[in-house]
Amino acid sequence: MLRYSLKRLLSLILSLAVASLVIFFVIEVAPGDPASFMLGINAQPDTVAALRAELGLDVPKAERYLAWVGGMVTGDFGTSYTYRTPVARMIADRLWVSLPLALYALMLSTLIACPAGIYAAARRGRPGDAVVMGATQLGVAVPNFWFAMMLVLVFAINLRWFGAGGFAGWDKGLLTGLHSLTLPAIALALPQAAILARVMRSALLDILGEDFMRTARAKGLSRRQALWRHAVRNALIPVLTIIGLQFSFLLAGAIIIEQVFYLPGLGRLVFQAISARDLIVVESVVMLLVFAVITVNFMVDLAYALVDPRLRART
Amino acid sequence: MTLLEITDLTLSIGALKILDRVSLSIAPGEIVAVTGESGSGKSMTALAAMRLLPERAKVAGHVMLEGRDLLAQSEAAMCAVRGREIGMVFQEPMTALNPVRTIGDQVMETILIHGAMDRDAARARAREVLERVGLPEDRFPLSRFPHELSGGQRQRVVIAMAIALRPKLLIADEPTTALDVTTQAQILDLLKGLVQDYGMGLMMITHDLAVVSDMADRIVVMRRGEVVEQGATRQLFARMHHPYTRMLFEASGHRVTLPAPPPPAPLLEVRGAVRDYRLPRRHLMRDPGVHRAVNAVSFTLNRGERLGLVGESGCGKSTLTRAILGLEPLQGGEILLDGQPVWSGHRPNLAVRRRMQVVFQDPFGSFNPRHRVERLVTEPFHLLDSPPRGAARREAVAEALTAVGLQPGDAGKYIHEFSGGQRQRIAIARALIIRPELILFDEAVSALDVSVRAQILDLLAELCAAYQLSYLFISHDLSVVRTVTDRVLVMKAGEIVEQGETARVFAEPQHGYTRALLAAAPTLPEVGAA
Repeated sequence: MLRYSLKRLLSLILSLAVASLVIFFVIEVAPGDPASFMLGINAQPDTVAALRAELGLDVPKAERYLAWVGGMVTGDFGTSYTYRTPVARMIADRLWVSLPLALYALMLSTLIACPAGIYAAARRGRPGDAVVMGATQLGVAVPNFWFAMMLVLVFAINLRWFGAGGFAGWDKGLLTGLHSLTLPAIALALPQAAILARVMRSALLDILGEDFMRTARAKGLSRRQALWRHAVRNALIPVLTIIGLQFSFLLAGAIIIEQVFYLPGLGRLVFQAISARDLIVVESVVMLLVFAVITVNFMVDLAYALVDPRLRART
Repeated sequence: MTLLEITDLTLSIGALKILDRVSLSIAPGEIVAVTGESGSGKSMTALAAMRLLPERAKVAGHVMLEGRDLLAQSEAAMCAVRGREIGMVFQEPMTALNPVRTIGDQVMETILIHGAMDRDAARARAREVLERVGLPEDRFPLSRFPHELSGGQRQRVVIAMAIALRPKLLIADEPTTALDVTTQAQILDLLKGLVQDYGMGLMMITHDLAVVSDMADRIVVMRRGEVVEQGATRQLFARMHHPYTRMLFEASGHRVTLPAPPPPAPLLEVRGAVRDYRLPRRHLMRDPGVHRAVNAVSFTLNRGERLGLVGESGCGKSTLTRAILGLEPLQGGEILLDGQPVWSGHRPNLAVRRRMQVVFQDPFGSFNPRHRVERLVTEPFHLLDSPPRGAARREAVAEALTAVGLQPGDAGKYIHEFSGGQRQRIAIARALIIRPELILFDEAVSALDVSVRAQILDLLAELCAAYQLSYLFISHDLSVVRTVTDRVLVMKAGEIVEQGETARVFAEPQHGYTRALLAAAPTLPEVGAA
């Protein structure tokens, strides 16, 4: 298990190094010089050159890459070209919204999906299964911003249980903060839950057909006992994979939901930074997301090994 | 008093009748073998007794366990019966255990689910039964996972689970079919011992009459959902009232007569072949090492000769086959067909490859289900520089199909329209169509019912006479190898330990391993042979 974890950790570090290289150079070759963009099309060449020097864009690429990576390791993400404030602080502010939102949505989606998937698999071909599958079909098909608008219409405008948008902040207390994230989290979670429930169901159905399920029944386990004791854990591997993918999506892919609910999240920050050619912000946020994805995958890998002893043995 | 009494058990799924008025009984301490070919309903009879049938199955009749009708019990009552009063062992030990839970956990579960003991007592009992089935504590602690055990060891764990609560009846559904002969003999001994020690009744389901001939007290022969004959083993073999019983018996020991081979002239020469597999790397800096699957194997197969290759699973038979086919490179030695190497430089030698064909074990998995038979049997044509086209191609297909006993008209059908035996005929037609000089049969009849197997063996003998085939026949089934080969190689742990004329090797085995193999192989009694 230790060897397995160390190997995974090594692969995590390598992935991060490669990802940072790719991000830096891809963004470097993207058209649009931040200095000329900031000064507008009528700017004098020497003014642009001066700004480039001030922004540190005139030093060689390799040097800039090393400085960028070195800075990130020590928590210095540089200064935003447009806002002239430290990128680290900008990201940290947004992360305080996006990370709880993503975790909240992920929790909701897992809490909805796992019971739904297990319920459907246990009642394969019966009305309960059909209802759950129909609902997930709808959940996959309907875009999350439509859910978002419906949630606002019903719970914010008609029932007035929640605000229609904006973020109250954490300083007014945990519950107030969570309260303002609830509708967006539900809107994000529903489509994810639909996918996850379908994965859970089909993984379970595969397992239910396995020989060892028949062995379990021959020992005297009831259908339900066999399902919970022998099938669920075996079905977790594909489910964990999807949960890992969903977390990365929820962290970065919430731009539309953040717009609908007017949340100051990471998605909106990236969107604004790309429009303003604020390369240093884009680079940093993308790198952060990559870091999050790779770390989550690392944790999913460790979870696999906890679930399946065969992976522990294979070093 | 009888332990299990099945009377007029009838079962159907939809409009399909699976069992028709099946009646049989088992007394305490008695071993009753239920035998028949696939589709005869033997497994369904067992599952009906356990009430583990598919949901849509409709059952009528009575299954009495010590006077209680199991078919009338509630599902909850059945859960209390399963595992406690009736234990069951299945065919496929590799998949019968949950891969993510330890063996101790799984054996203890039988005890705990019935609330028979507290955890500590259950652990002690699990230890005890694992010891009883031959998995001692020091080498097989309860914390082992199934993937750390071999097939035979896993089957022992399944048996331990089934007998943990000393059930009155044990049902074993083809418990040794997936195992090697020596392992099979050990498991059969274990089952016999358990019946003696615990006074259990044992219902033993098998397609192989030889397996049960010297252990069953009584034999029940089934065909298409009906019991055609049953009786005490010795009387049944002596009388064999029903023609189906006679046919099964004859097919199990089926012998064919091969035409005499031509004078020896080497066709396939294997010289000091070595095949290594890299082991997974355990240390970053240290060399991971290799597993030598085939170790300095040398033999010659003459033109027109039928050579057998026997050995247990993992002995390197399949690796050697792949190397001969040029599917994998060797790490030492060479393999020549008619003087030309099968592997030239870094790629298989196409000129040699087109002169060999192979027939695999699984008649269901070795065809693309979306292609018609014509396309399936002409696949080897891509090895030729100028494959026949148009009428010549149709003629070649028709000839190959006719040679294996099918109709030319079958060329337009899809593979799902054929039975297992017919599919294996198609596989042979596919191998024959380019008139290869050498055919490799890799467990080619192992998945077939005895009657179908007998037909395929007859076909092989006919083809030998018509086409002067040269083949390498790889099998773990000694009785088959005995009849369809002229010479035989015995392989163990990557090495050929004995080779010689088939009749001589079977009559006077020289190597200890060959002797052990032959001793472990189940044989039919002589009584019915007359």
